[in-house]
Amino acid sequence: MASITIQSITKTFGTVPVLHDIDLSIADGEFVVLVGPSGCGKSTLLRMIAGLEDITGGEIRIDGRRINEVAPKDRDIAMVFQSYALYPHMTVADNMSYSLKLRKTARERIAEAVGAAAGKLGLDPLLERRPKALSGGQRQRVAMGRAIVRHPKAFLFDEPLSNLDARLREQMRAEIKRLHKAIGATSVYVTHDQIEAMTLADRIVAMHGGIIQQVGNPLDLYDRPANLFVAGFIGSPAMNFVDGHCRSGAIETDDGSRIAVPGGIDLAEGQAVTVGIRPEHVRIVAGSGAGSYTARVDLVEPTGFGTIVHVRLLGQDLKIYTLERGAAEVGEPLHIALDGDRLHVFDRETTNRIG
Amino acid sequence: MTRKRIVLTVLHRLAILAYVAFALFPLFWLLKVSVTPTSLLYTEGIRLWPSRASLEHYAFVLTHSSFPTFFLNSTIVSASTAVIVTIVAALAGYAMSRFVFRGKYWIVGLLLLTQMFPLVMLIAPMFKMLSPLGLTNSLTGLVIVYVAFNVPFATFLMQSFFDGIPKDLEDAAMIDGATRFTAFRQIILPLTLPGIAATLGFVFTAAWSELLFALMLISGNQATTFPVGLLSFVSKFSVDFGQMMAAGVLALIPACLFFLLIQRYLVQGLTAGAVKG
Ligand SMILES: Nc1ncnc2c1ncn2[C@@H]1O[C@H](COP(=O)(O)OP(=O)(O)O)[C@@H](O)[C@H]1O
Ligand SMILES: [Mg+2]
Repeated sequence: MASITIQSITKTFGTVPVLHDIDLSIADGEFVVLVGPSGCGKSTLLRMIAGLEDITGGEIRIDGRRINEVAPKDRDIAMVFQSYALYPHMTVADNMSYSLKLRKTARERIAEAVGAAAGKLGLDPLLERRPKALSGGQRQRVAMGRAIVRHPKAFLFDEPLSNLDARLREQMRAEIKRLHKAIGATSVYVTHDQIEAMTLADRIVAMHGGIIQQVGNPLDLYDRPANLFVAGFIGSPAMNFVDGHCRSGAIETDDGSRIAVPGGIDLAEGQAVTVGIRPEHVRIVAGSGAGSYTARVDLVEPTGFGTIVHVRLLGQDLKIYTLERGAAEVGEPLHIALDGDRLHVFDRETTNRIG
Repeated sequence: MTRKRIVLTVLHRLAILAYVAFALFPLFWLLKVSVTPTSLLYTEGIRLWPSRASLEHYAFVLTHSSFPTFFLNSTIVSASTAVIVTIVAALAGYAMSRFVFRGKYWIVGLLLLTQMFPLVMLIAPMFKMLSPLGLTNSLTGLVIVYVAFNVPFATFLMQSFFDGIPKDLEDAAMIDGATRFTAFRQIILPLTLPGIAATLGFVFTAAWSELLFALMLISGNQATTFPVGLLSFVSKFSVDFGQMMAAGVLALIPACLFFLLIQRYLVQGLTAGAVKG
C-alpha cells in the first residue's frame, strides 16, 4: 500500500490540452474518487498514474518515488477497466493468476492467492470457465478478482460499474466499499456518476474541463460546493440556480422577486450573482407569510420515496423535492419558503462560491 | 406458406449446386484428363469419363520427370515465403494498429503505392538487382522477391485483425506485469490466430501459383518451381496434356493439405475480420 502524489500534471494529446496543472495527494489507504462529466480527463489522469499514457508535464510519485519514467509493469498497481479487459482465451483462474505467473510466484502460492480472491468474490464455481461463458456481473467480479489476487500498492478503477444494470451496479458498489474496508488499499476510482462518488469516496475530486474544481469529502462537496459546476454536478435532483443582482441588501432576481442575503455573505451593490437552492431544501409551507413565495404547480413527479414538484418561480422552472405525498397538485398554488442558511451564493463572473 | 418455403429452399439449393458445379468443373476436367490414357485423349475428347482410366501419367510424372524436384522447390519457396511474410506482417501490422509514429502516413502510402504497379514493369529492375548478388536462379532470390511483394498487403490484413482486438487487453497485461512484447506474444497473438492463418494461407497460395517472376528469374531445373515446370510439357509441336494435368493434380495436394490444416482458423478469421468493430 502506498501514497500517491500528483504534482502539476499536464497532458496534451498532440496540440490539444486535456489536463491543466493537476495537483493531488492521495494518502495511504485512502479511497479517492475522480468524478466529472465524460471527456473531462478523468481516465487520462488515471491512465497516467498507471503508466499507460505519457506524462506531458509534472510529476507523479508513488510512495515518494518518482514514477514518470517507470514502466506500468514496474509500478505495482492493479487496474479494473470499464470493459473488464479479461483475456478471452484464458479461464477465470488463468486470468486471475496471470500477474502472479509473470512475477514467477510459486505455484502453491498462486493457487492459494487465487483461491482466497475467488472466495472473497464468490467466483469459486466459475474458475474453469472462459470469460465468454460469464454474465456481465460475473465478468466484473473476475476483473475485480484479477486486481486483488496480488497485493498491489494501489488499485485504479476506471468506471468499473458503468456496464452493469442499475441493480447490479448498486450491489457491486456496496461490495467494492466492503472490499476496501477489508483490504484497506489505496484506491483511485473514476466515475461520471455522482452517486457512486458520494457513496464510495473518502475524498471526492470533482473535475471539469481538465481542471480540478474541488477536492473534499463527499458531504463537504454537497454542503459547500466551491463553484457553480460542483454545485450543479453533485446532488440529484440537481440544484436550482437563480440569477440575480444585489440591490439594497437583498438579491433581486431577474423577474423582480427578492431573496434575503444569507448571513455571513458580503455582496457589493449591483454584483451579479447566482443563487443555488437544492430541491430538498425548499420548504412547502401552509400559508403565505413574510419571506414566503407563492407559485403555481407545473408538474409533479413521484419517485416513490419522495416527490419532485416543479413550480414556476423566480423566473424559472424551480424543482422542489418533498417527502410528503400529495403536498402538491398540478395547477394548484403552492406556498414555499427558502431557508437562508441553506442557500448557496455564487459570483456570476467567477462562478465561485461566496461565503 | 410452407409450400412456398419449400420451393424457395429447393431453388436456393439448386442455385448453390449450379454455382459449385460451375466452380469445380475445371478441377474435375483436370482430374479426368489426368487419368485418360494418351491414346484415348483425342478420340474420346468430350466424354465425361474415359472408357479406360489409368494412372500412367502419374507414374511418368513421378518417376521420369523433374516434377518431384519442382514440388519440393515450390514447397520450400511457398512455405518460407508464407512464414516470413506472416511474421513480418504481424509485427508491422501490430505497429500500424497500435502506435502513432513519425512518418506513419508516408509508410502507409508507400505500402499502398507498391500495390499499384503491374508486376511486369518490375521484372527487369528486379533481375538487374538480383543478378549481381547471385540471387537469380536461386530459391532464396525467389523467396526474397515474394516476401517483398506480399508484405504490404499482408500487413494491412494483419492490421485489420489487430484493430479488432481491444487495446485494453494489452493495457491490462502490461499492468499485470508484462512488457509490451510479452503482452503481444501471450495475449494478442493467440487472439489473432485466425488472422495469422488467413495470412499464411493467402501468401502460401500466392507464392505457390506464382509464374511470372519464377519464369524470369529461374533458368536451371535445379531451382524451378512447379508452375514453371508445367510449361515443360508444352513443346514446340505438342502439349502433353495427360502428364501436365497429372502434375497439376499433384500440385493441388500440398495446397489442399495446407488449407485443411488452417481451415478451422480461416473460417473464424474471415468472419471475424468481416464483422470487426
Ligand atoms: N488517445 C487520445 N488521443 C487524443 N485525444 C484523446 C485521447 N484520449 C483521450 N482524448 C481526449 O481527452 C479528453 C479526455 O478524455 P478522457 O480522459 O477519456 O475523459 P473521461 O474519462 O473523463 O471521459 C477527451 O476530450 C478525449 O477526446
Ligand atoms: Mg473515461
